[in-house]
Amino acid sequence: MKRIISVIAVLALLIGCTAALSGCSSADETVTINVYNWGQYIADGEDDSLDVIAAFEDKYPNIKVNYSTFDSNEVMYTKLSNGGITVDVIIPSDYMIARMIQEDMLLELNFDNIPNYQYVDEAFRNTDYDPENKYSVPYTWGTVGIIYNTKYVDEADVTGWELLWNEKYAGKILMFDNSRDAFGIAQYLLGYDVNTTDEAELRACAEKLAEQKPVVQQYVMDQIFDAMENEEAYIAPYYAGDYLTMVEENPDLAFYMPEHQGFNLFIDAMCIPSCAQEKEAAETFINFLCDPEISAQNLDYLGYSAPQSAAKEYMDPEMVASEIAYPSEEVLAAGSSFAYLPEETSRLMESLFMEVRNG
Amino acid sequence: MKRTNRIFTILIFIFLYIPMAVLIVASFNTGKDLTEFDSFTFRQYTRLFQDRTLLKLLGNSLLLSVLASGIATVFGTIASVGIYGLKPRMRRAVMNLTNIPMTNPEIVTGVSLSLLFVFVGTRLLGQRNSLTFWTLLIAHITFNLPYVILNVMPKLNQLDPALTDAAMDLGCTPIQSFFKVTLHEIMPGIISGAIMAFTMSLDDFVISYFVSGMDFITLPVEIYTYVKKPIQPKVYAMFTLLFLMILALMIAMNILQARSEKKKAASHAAQV
Amino acid sequence: MRKNNSVLLTTPYILWMVAFTLIPLGVVAYYALTDPATGSFSLTNIQDLGMYLPVLGTSVWYSLVSAAICLLLGYPVAYYIAHRTPMMQRILYMLVMLPMCMSFLLRTLAWVGLLQDTGILNRILGWLGIGPVHMIRTPGAVILGMVYNYLPYMILPLYSTIVKIDGRLVEAAEDLGCNGVQVFGRVILPLSMPGIISGTTMVFVPAVSTFYISQKLGGTDTVMIGDVIERQFKQGNNPNLGAALSLVLMILVFICTGIMNRFAGANEEGGVIV
Repeated sequence: MKRIISVIAVLALLIGCTAALSGCSSADETVTINVYNWGQYIADGEDDSLDVIAAFEDKYPNIKVNYSTFDSNEVMYTKLSNGGITVDVIIPSDYMIARMIQEDMLLELNFDNIPNYQYVDEAFRNTDYDPENKYSVPYTWGTVGIIYNTKYVDEADVTGWELLWNEKYAGKILMFDNSRDAFGIAQYLLGYDVNTTDEAELRACAEKLAEQKPVVQQYVMDQIFDAMENEEAYIAPYYAGDYLTMVEENPDLAFYMPEHQGFNLFIDAMCIPSCAQEKEAAETFINFLCDPEISAQNLDYLGYSAPQSAAKEYMDPEMVASEIAYPSEEVLAAGSSFAYLPEETSRLMESLFMEVRNG
Repeated sequence: MKRTNRIFTILIFIFLYIPMAVLIVASFNTGKDLTEFDSFTFRQYTRLFQDRTLLKLLGNSLLLSVLASGIATVFGTIASVGIYGLKPRMRRAVMNLTNIPMTNPEIVTGVSLSLLFVFVGTRLLGQRNSLTFWTLLIAHITFNLPYVILNVMPKLNQLDPALTDAAMDLGCTPIQSFFKVTLHEIMPGIISGAIMAFTMSLDDFVISYFVSGMDFITLPVEIYTYVKKPIQPKVYAMFTLLFLMILALMIAMNILQARSEKKKAASHAAQV
Repeated sequence: MRKNNSVLLTTPYILWMVAFTLIPLGVVAYYALTDPATGSFSLTNIQDLGMYLPVLGTSVWYSLVSAAICLLLGYPVAYYIAHRTPMMQRILYMLVMLPMCMSFLLRTLAWVGLLQDTGILNRILGWLGIGPVHMIRTPGAVILGMVYNYLPYMILPLYSTIVKIDGRLVEAAEDLGCNGVQVFGRVILPLSMPGIISGTTMVFVPAVSTFYISQKLGGTDTVMIGDVIERQFKQGNNPNLGAALSLVLMILVFICTGIMNRFAGANEEGGVIV
């Protein structure tokens, strides 16, 4: 009998400890918002950066943030469309926002709660994905290019997207693990429109991607940081902002935008999905991230480009001057953005990509 | 022959422990690279204790596994006693049911439960948020139950019916005899079942990964996302601490077990 | 009286297990038979399965190989442990169990650090003037990961059966003129069959359905069925195809464990690792 009592005592103790650890005592009027963002996409206090979420919670003590991350638009979309969850703030990219608007998955924002929207530059308003500025507030923008290691990659080979197919570097090439970015590269390479709905063109792209598979080391998203910094891989397509983070760890890395073939220009914006439960608190959070000072400190760490010129005043001048974060008008003119694709086209692209990955 | 076998066993143990040694060493590393040791530091530990998210997730994991294994232990013990009294055919059928989650691949269990919860919660009950702490708890209890039952059943089978008869002859009601005799006899099975359920629950990744929503996730689920992005070395510090904790727990259990066996042997000797 | 009580005690359990193991499988079947876009009944998912047969084949092959390696490595270890003093047995048993309680995600990640081209092993080989040897992202690395993760699941049941083998049987066989090899082949091995079967099952089932090990240690060509299911659910936006693949995986596993249990003879009450 004694043993039973001691077992129960141990159990009670454990429960007590865990209750204390998970802190379930806060029953007053605090609300919790679920924020669902890309991985590595907010300053979190590492490397002396500002811990943005902590700063938000300090400023608004009655709002708690439950933060989780996804690694691509498609993962986020799948999670939301599978249902069963509630999310208050998401930060998808342009084409995904257009798709979600089309599928009634976003709520209209109340801009009275987002006064900092005034700082958003004209260039990032009335966009193709949200023509009436009803559903989204821009978070960052950027470009997609090729990151390569100058120690191992011959400059003469850096001629365009075909570098990612170069057998000389077989096993040292990384590739996007999401359908839209991967197909985008194939489309630029083959000279197709990135917003094509033509099935034959998409199948040709899938073939091109399948052709690439033997030289690809891995299909990755954020694992790219470690692989490129450690020189486990030499070549990878990725976002300019993340290149700026990586090059601080490994100065041998270089960034290349194939201007003659075209590259992706993207905007990531904050939205409230229709499954949200705390809309007002979510708007408060969006407003906070739009604050030029906060945005400046956040983007200094992220390396992504600011959609509000007002933020540049508070930013590291080196970052503002960066050709990679803020390319010239001419360079930008060579880029193109991903637009909304009809449901069948999205599904076809996704299933073709799954076939490439699984085949 | 014996020598080679010993060397072989030692080699296998080295094989089992090398990756853990790598992680433990990495927890004292100033750099964040697993493969390169820069210099010695305790900084990762202080960082770990400043990281509210990681600590909260550890708390979540502990809370979930304590609750799930506790409930499964009580529930499973009651069920075992019931199964023990069933007719052989019924008993076989119930044991087959028990074996389904044991033989089913975890990924199938996870997928099937998440589809069920979303289907019932969203489509039938019209709820927005159907993947919560409670559904995760249900999932964990479900995969814990078979461990409890498979640990308790053998003890019940070893039970000497004469003991309960004797207790009843001495004036116990069936319920009293259960608590005074049966429970005492099957206790080792219950404890080992509870411990096994607890560790399974604590380390479960696959099922939690599919079943958890946004509000409540566990440490292993978070670690999986850490593995997709650059991992922060404080996670290694947490691994080291958990390793020490589990090691201490196991040593304590061993000592307890050794003692009780000695006692049993002594009382057995006294009886003879 | 007693019988009624038993039924009463068992009913909640049976209801629970039906609700949370059988019905979910029914839901999986429902999803497998509906069209992802329209939500109406369709056989498209089942028709798409043909494409994944090679993946299924690879998964079964890798996991059979790793189960076999686990058996070869695990048997001597279990045998060795079973023939120590009780004190030593307990300590060694604990040491086998300990890795099972630690995060398998992180332990697998440690193998990435060990095996990668710029990893620890290649560094050591570099000092010795060898290499670099390409180890990671090969089928071998995936099998190594499986053997590493699931070896304890082989050792523990083997140990439990070997330790129960009556020493007198061995002596009797020796008295009757058997040599060491014969004793092993005719007495010890047949008597450890239940352990071999349950150990093999316990390695095979998680190995065949893993997605994490192949994602971290495998390359682009070592895709396993678990990977495909995980991607359909988490990324590919097609849970219906994922459900169909899960059904196939489940049936496959039930067939395999069924065959293995046939070998072992009727052995209900499980007692798997207990």
